[in-house]
Amino acid sequence: MKRDYNEKIMRVVFMVSALAAILAVGLICVFLFAGGVPAMFKIGIFKFLFGTDWSPGNTPPSFEILPMIVGSVYVTAGAMLFGVPVGIFTAVFLTYVCPKKLYKILKPAVDLLAGVPSVVYGFFGMVIIVPFVRNTFGGDGNSILTASLLLGMMILPTIIGITESALRAVPSELYEGAVALGADRERAVFGVMLPAAKSGVMAAIVLGIGRAIGETMAIKMVAGNQTLLRMPGEFLKGVRTLTANVVIEMGYAEGLHREALIATGVVLFVFILLINLLFSVINRKNAQ
Amino acid sequence: MDSRSFASLRMTRIKLIRFTAGEIYLEKFKLTGVDLWYNEFKALHSINMSIGANEITAFIGPSGCGKSTLLKTLNRMNDLVEGCKITGEILLDGRNIYGNIDVNLLRKRVGMVFQKPNPFPMSIYDNIAYGPRTHGIKSRLKLDEIVENSLQGAAIWGETKDRLWRSALSLSGGQQQRLCIARALSVSPDVLLMDEPTSALDPISTSKIEDLVTELKQKYTVVIVTHNMQQATRVSDKTAFFLLGEMVEYGETDRIFSMPKDKRCEDYITGRFG
Repeated sequence: MKRDYNEKIMRVVFMVSALAAILAVGLICVFLFAGGVPAMFKIGIFKFLFGTDWSPGNTPPSFEILPMIVGSVYVTAGAMLFGVPVGIFTAVFLTYVCPKKLYKILKPAVDLLAGVPSVVYGFFGMVIIVPFVRNTFGGDGNSILTASLLLGMMILPTIIGITESALRAVPSELYEGAVALGADRERAVFGVMLPAAKSGVMAAIVLGIGRAIGETMAIKMVAGNQTLLRMPGEFLKGVRTLTANVVIEMGYAEGLHREALIATGVVLFVFILLINLLFSVINRKNAQ
Repeated sequence: MDSRSFASLRMTRIKLIRFTAGEIYLEKFKLTGVDLWYNEFKALHSINMSIGANEITAFIGPSGCGKSTLLKTLNRMNDLVEGCKITGEILLDGRNIYGNIDVNLLRKRVGMVFQKPNPFPMSIYDNIAYGPRTHGIKSRLKLDEIVENSLQGAAIWGETKDRLWRSALSLSGGQQQRLCIARALSVSPDVLLMDEPTSALDPISTSKIEDLVTELKQKYTVVIVTHNMQQATRVSDKTAFFLLGEMVEYGETDRIFSMPKDKRCEDYITGRFG
């Protein structure tokens, strides 16, 4: 009887814990949408999303976030451009090439990279990458390119970790099969193993995107933060992301301005939801 | 190897000369004093043997006797194993395969079929085309031809010709193993090494593979490792019996199974251990 009682209590404890997570997500949803959506309607959804003028100080003020949406997309895409190839190659190196002794140093180093606070990344970007970009490519250094490079570095641990575990999950029999046909290591890895780990690599990329689009502090420190709509060719100019927009202005915003910032958060949240949806679709495909 | 089995080996060779005039190398492999270590563990002790061309040679013996290990020395798959060291000499058509040779070309000439079917997770066509593509064949027509020939060679063309672009993983276990044989044939090897190719298959698939192996002998030299002694008697011309890393007895399959000379070999064959 006592055991039954204990079990019931534990079941309730587990249930409450699980519900806490759901409750948190639910509350965030409610808060965000309740706080942001009315502003969207006040401004006009189309104008809010596709207008290019963000001037909260003007009379009348103008709240249009296309430059920030585009900024987030540029910076994320740029980060993928740098981070995905480097991350995949690193994972291949760690899995198939790296001598054991080096692995023991490299792997913890990669893991540590994931634990570095983003403000420290920001400092690193300001001190190293900004001058590097300024001196090498021109401009003032606070640019889309700089933010992309920095963000590419920040998503490396995500891409490397997931790709590596996906590669390790591919049976070594396939590697042997390829080698037994006279394939060298590169051909076996890139012709058989990596395609076999395809869905894991896709998951790594999607999670990397999620991480990149939500990054705030480091980006704010190196991206320049101008609220101007940039063309793809203007990668040496500054840009403001959705996240930076919120963090820069939230401190002093009031009234509609404040609501418009919350609405910016809503847009970001929808992005993240879509990415997570994509991730779970890929995972479901994996399971089959 | 004792002198009598060596004599019988020589007899076969004389027969071979008579029937296959023009064949240059009658012995495909010649192993002399082959020792193999996995780190400190000595897995093979001074193996001397000669494997005839266009013959099926079976390696039998209890688990851990070194038969698979020896098989893998023939296409240097042991190179992948860390801490593996080999001494002695293995000649393939008179050339030392542990000498100054291109290992990838060696593996192209000496194909391998594994214990567990290991088709690549891609289409049937791409599975077969992987090998030729690796060796630089790009022409679609040529690849089509190789794919058809290889699948036919492995007696699986009829079952796969209408679904070449379906995933190889959609095939049954037995079909997958024949696909793997076809894949090995795709790079036109001289030798096929088979490491217990039927141990993961049901009896019907097994008998299909055995028929296939018997047929392959026309064109290829086959070395097959098997746990199944009936299989050795059904398919092989020569049998080598291994125990604890030593080759205990080697000779004509019929003779080995009817009149084994070594007591240990007799005990194993009659099922007293193993």
